[in-house]
Amino acid sequence: MAVKRDSYIMPTRGVGVRRGMTIRTRRDMFTFLLFVAPNFILLGVFVFWPILYSLILSFFKWNMIAPKKTFIGFQNYQSLFSDPVFWQVTRNTLVLALATVVVKLSISLVLALEMNTDIRGKSFYRAIIFSPTFTTSVAVAMVWSWIFDPHFGLLKVFISPLGLRAPDWLWETEYSLPAVIIVLIWSGIGYDMVLFLAGLKNIPREIYDAALVDGVSPWQNFIYITFPLLSPTTFFLTITSFIGALKAFDIIAIMTDGGPLNSSNVFVYYLYQNAFQWFKTGFASALALILFILIMAITLVQNRLSRRWVHY
Amino acid sequence: MEGLLHRKNFTWYIGRFFTHAILILASIIIGLPFLWMITTSIKSPAEVSMFPPIWWPETVRWDNFSKAWSLAPFGRFYLNSAITAGTGVILEVMVAALSAYAFARIRFKYSGIFFMVMLAAMMIPSQVALIPNYVVLKHLGWINTYKGIVIPHVSSVFGAFLLRQYFLTVPGALYDAAEMDGLGHFRTMLYIALPLARPVLGTLVLYLFISKWNSYLWPLIVTNTQNMRTLPVGLAMVRSAEYAIGPEHLMAASLFVLVPVLFIYFIAQKQLIEGIAAGAVKG
Repeated sequence: MAVKRDSYIMPTRGVGVRRGMTIRTRRDMFTFLLFVAPNFILLGVFVFWPILYSLILSFFKWNMIAPKKTFIGFQNYQSLFSDPVFWQVTRNTLVLALATVVVKLSISLVLALEMNTDIRGKSFYRAIIFSPTFTTSVAVAMVWSWIFDPHFGLLKVFISPLGLRAPDWLWETEYSLPAVIIVLIWSGIGYDMVLFLAGLKNIPREIYDAALVDGVSPWQNFIYITFPLLSPTTFFLTITSFIGALKAFDIIAIMTDGGPLNSSNVFVYYLYQNAFQWFKTGFASALALILFILIMAITLVQNRLSRRWVHY
Repeated sequence: MEGLLHRKNFTWYIGRFFTHAILILASIIIGLPFLWMITTSIKSPAEVSMFPPIWWPETVRWDNFSKAWSLAPFGRFYLNSAITAGTGVILEVMVAALSAYAFARIRFKYSGIFFMVMLAAMMIPSQVALIPNYVVLKHLGWINTYKGIVIPHVSSVFGAFLLRQYFLTVPGALYDAAEMDGLGHFRTMLYIALPLARPVLGTLVLYLFISKWNSYLWPLIVTNTQNMRTLPVGLAMVRSAEYAIGPEHLMAASLFVLVPVLFIYFIAQKQLIEGIAAGAVKG
């Protein structure tokens, strides 16, 4: 439309350098759209459409195979909220996320602080501690299942001498979730440490030099300088680890199958069971949508808070 | 200043000692499971069921590996993993580079909106899309195919973002020169922008390859016959199918999956760690 009006005012071709849309900008537009098309088509089909489709499916009763879906309104949500397993799964997921985040971040912060000195062998320590980050989760779950073995497991070596009973980690309801948490902490420490270390490197050296002149103790150094100035990293890691823990699946699927008696069942695993083992598509879609809303809410809160709380 | 900061007195040595002690302890805790996996894989059944366990077997049982290899078609799993991870990486990098170039170099009034939409996709957890994607693939007839494993996960937000940042740092004069020489946008991207982005491109390729190689949930859902399974899915199935399988064979089979990843990590460890740190801090 803009082109038409312009051509009325300025009919001569070639003079129209300042026309609303030159041939060049139009060509650029097409090139731009052509270049981003593969990504946006894929994102549209496999990322954005699924949200809408999950919402639609959550109002239907369907077994994923039958050609006919039955509309049942909010019934899936009703049965979800009256399902005791759903509440247990929600509780397990939150416990898992909170415990993992708190323990993992504390340990990795301590390690990052130790690494942020000029000691020798730093790259060696870093390579070892970071290694679980890229290790196939299925293999990790395999070796940890064997470590947790009640008779010949490696963990028993450290527990038995203390005079404690070595539990059957993966088969006792009180121990299955802690076992999963231990594995998640073990595999996540290295990543968090590396990010903390990058955050520590961003704190200007001069501040510590000034503090040294003022005779500040190491502890005060940490409380008044390092910790506040590290808060962007801490905040980022808290949120991403929390969201990551909400999505835990692989370790649980291999080690415990969510059991025993759902004691280690979490959101995504319960979703998987409902959708692909029991074919309760509508119910599982409602579950997926709740997970989506939860994660969106956390992300939005993060965006809001990071502006106000974090000291840059 | 150095001298003032680090006087080598008694307290300094104590501090050093504790720093090393903490880091060594952490390294041992992180490293033990790997060691445990390796030593278990070369033990005899009798040595596996020993408590307290022994760290090194009397004779190294290499035949555990050939036994484990024969438990399932691991050769086929390897092929499937290599094909799906390999094509997945190539496609995702192509998709990412095209988007990144468009956002960095092509003027378009609404590119900001497109960029926001792309970033919004990063917030959506892929777990939410499991059911819809399965239904879409069923309509396309892609269940239990390589396409089905690969295509839903080649859209790129992180990679596009990373490459865009890098393309922006390339001096504009280079692009102008390319344009003067009559290069179109596509060839400028291919011959100017991408070669200059080689360091970040290398890290991205390795990172994507490892995450695709390791992925479990989606290949588990979308494959339903043994000959289409990828390594992690195949490994998990071996354990649940073979009830009497010994830990030594299970650990040997786990090593099949891990060896390529550990190999990549071993050679490119520095690049991968620094890439992660830089990418996450800027992103």
